[in-house]
Amino acid sequence: MNGDEKVSRKEFLKLSGVAAIFGLGGPLAFEILAAGEYSAENDLAGTIRYGMVVDMRKCKEGCNDCAAACHFKHNVPDHKSKKIEVKWLWKEPAKHLFQDRDYAIEADVSPDKPFLTLCNHCKHPSCVRVCPTQATWKRKEDGIVMMDFHRCIGCRFCMAACPYGSRSFNYAEPRPAIAKLNPGFPTRTRGVVEKCSFCAELAGTGEKPYCVSSCKEGALTFGNLNDPGSEVRKLLRENPSMKRKAGLGTEPSVFYLV
Amino acid sequence: MIEQGFRGNRFYKVWLAALLVVAANGIYYYLRQLDEGLAITGMSRDISWGFYISNFTFLVGVAASAVMLVIPYYLHHYKKFSRVVVFGEWLAVAAVVMCGLFIMADMGQPQRAFNILLHPTPGSVLFWDMNVLTGYVFINFIVAWTTLKAEKSGLKLPGWVKPLVFISIPWAVAIHTVTAFLYAGLPGRHLWLTAIMAPRFLASAFASGPAFLLILLHILKKIARYEVEPEAISTLSKIMIYGMITNIFFYAMEFFTAFYSNIPDHKETLEYLFFGLEGHDKLVPWVRSSALMGIIAVVMLLFSKVRQNEGTLVFGAVLIFLSTYIDKGMALVIGGFIPSTLGEVVEYTLTWPEIAISLGIWAIGFFLISVFFKMTVNVRRQNAR
Amino acid sequence: MFKMYNRGMVVSGLLVFLAIVTFPFWKIFLNNMGKSMEKNSVFSSTSGSKENRFMPGPNINPAVAFALKSGVSGCVEDRNFMRARHMRLLDNWRDEVVRENKREYVNTKGEHFEKSLTGTCLKCHSNKEEFCDSCHKATGVEPYCFDCHHTTGVFSGNSAGDSTGGFQAGETGHLPGGNK
Repeated sequence: MNGDEKVSRKEFLKLSGVAAIFGLGGPLAFEILAAGEYSAENDLAGTIRYGMVVDMRKCKEGCNDCAAACHFKHNVPDHKSKKIEVKWLWKEPAKHLFQDRDYAIEADVSPDKPFLTLCNHCKHPSCVRVCPTQATWKRKEDGIVMMDFHRCIGCRFCMAACPYGSRSFNYAEPRPAIAKLNPGFPTRTRGVVEKCSFCAELAGTGEKPYCVSSCKEGALTFGNLNDPGSEVRKLLRENPSMKRKAGLGTEPSVFYLV
Repeated sequence: MIEQGFRGNRFYKVWLAALLVVAANGIYYYLRQLDEGLAITGMSRDISWGFYISNFTFLVGVAASAVMLVIPYYLHHYKKFSRVVVFGEWLAVAAVVMCGLFIMADMGQPQRAFNILLHPTPGSVLFWDMNVLTGYVFINFIVAWTTLKAEKSGLKLPGWVKPLVFISIPWAVAIHTVTAFLYAGLPGRHLWLTAIMAPRFLASAFASGPAFLLILLHILKKIARYEVEPEAISTLSKIMIYGMITNIFFYAMEFFTAFYSNIPDHKETLEYLFFGLEGHDKLVPWVRSSALMGIIAVVMLLFSKVRQNEGTLVFGAVLIFLSTYIDKGMALVIGGFIPSTLGEVVEYTLTWPEIAISLGIWAIGFFLISVFFKMTVNVRRQNAR
Repeated sequence: MFKMYNRGMVVSGLLVFLAIVTFPFWKIFLNNMGKSMEKNSVFSSTSGSKENRFMPGPNINPAVAFALKSGVSGCVEDRNFMRARHMRLLDNWRDEVVRENKREYVNTKGEHFEKSLTGTCLKCHSNKEEFCDSCHKATGVEPYCFDCHHTTGVFSGNSAGDSTGGFQAGETGHLPGGNK
């Protein structure tokens, strides 16, 4: 095309149309892929944001009451195999949870001390963002990152996205590996992902999650992080605390006192 | 026209039958997997994506590479590609079908796959990946079929095909960019959390796809005695080499960022892959051979005498194919999970059921490639008479 | 007349097709060979009177007595409603409980229940074989709900693991009847 040729009106309109689509598509793509409503970007003041404070000063070494209670109540299987294990709440050496500390000279935490870990129910959960079927989502009313086992297709994208390793997949049929079935709660089936649910079935009843109520040392405190008068907020005001992988922007709701 | 894909001599029929046997074996193990769960694979709580997703990632690249034939031919009227374009499109169709099968094999609840459409989630990259891959297979199939049909009946290509062809160009780039986005946006996986993921994917696609096609065209020449234009082979090989050089360059860039910044999260996976980490080094021989094969192939193919000799060219293409298969498949996908988010080095071991199912899917892919290619060759031979 | 080409292939293909298409019929026939007609009939009942052939047999759970004490007249809805719509009810419950966190159900009589297959329905209808399976088997329906939601009277795995703490076997979640 040299400079002399004229562009017909029809061609001009066609070109502008195509250009407009691209022009509008850009901001639209940005909107769609932005974090938006799939994280708790929206103002959460006035709603509940459940969180937990784990006081590692009180957590007793060798004690596993909380995990045992949780796993019994929720029919979490014990496959006795690290490869296909399913766990909602467990203890992990501190060096695995807090990888950016110089344990050699920062004396307040021993690298091998078993720390309790669970799903952090992040404010901006990356697992929620990637789920293609909304089988996991962040509840607006209380901030719990919830699982819908009926909808999960088992693609495990959420497991890849979670920076904390909180999620487990049912690689094998869970029932044969459940020592004592709790008849009041369903099991899951193979092929779905599961994780701690902050005992969503108890939310709204006033009961604390099973791990919290079963801890004899009182190391676990659960409550509304949005309420400045709650016990969890009080603990966080009065004690220095840590959270896992703080720089990633997920903003976990689980805090550790050391 | 499809019946032309099944017309051939006894050896061809035996080949197809053998592929079906391998596919049937894969189906048997898949049924076992449906029954027992994905525990029969090598995947674990820490390495939650394995061989299936590795193959899927590699094959999306192969599928995207069809664009490297479409652009010169349809956009720039490079006539030398006139015979080879449709083969590239058939390869893309077969590759995307294999991608879909690998995804189905990997899913924990495949019967719920439709949930992705019933509950669309535009914020999830996987939703978009499913859409663009499905669209791509349709576009490529329709374009390839119609062009071949037009050739067969001696008619002009219908006008509506051209816009589809033009759409397939950004679409091909899209499928691989979106697949790269699956990895590149995850905050906890530092091998993948890099802006260069999508460019690296495309570069490696433009190396592996033409490599695969060159090998297939060579087989076509030797067995079916069907040839495309020699300039097409020569141009394809140049695309392959430039793609591979760019791929190696991007890989080297990753090394620089990781090791110069000295940030453990960035370094550790590359250390694990190339040198082993904390005594674990299962993937080291594979990754090092992949690197070696890639570099040897590129250096070899820089010389025009080597490129012009069929034997050495195909040898180079095989090296590039294997190198990118190991690098993009095993090293990238599995490496992303090592060390785990809990800082542990957990290794991955393939199991036989996993291999059987994957071989079965590759057999189905090769079945499609054979039928499509044979159909094209038969149609063109009949026209020539 | 007209010549049939490839007669061998065509005829054998047709026979294979017929065999496949009639598979449900001859397979069931083969399965049931030798069994008495009485057992197969959906109208037979191993327990209860002819009137209550779809109600659970003598194994009614004591929890039912509790529910009746707290003013609940029986099942969540009446028999005809359930026969026609129990699956739709359960699907709605599933979405309302899991996705919308709305756990309380008010039935057509104004009674309150907790929406729970495991915790409400199967609490009373605890004999799955007599209650659920007898109809499902006869109609050839295999709902996979029970893969997860069937927990009463289920013999759980034989792994040696033991939960610590004082948790009673048979400990339940929530009882029906709106008990919070």
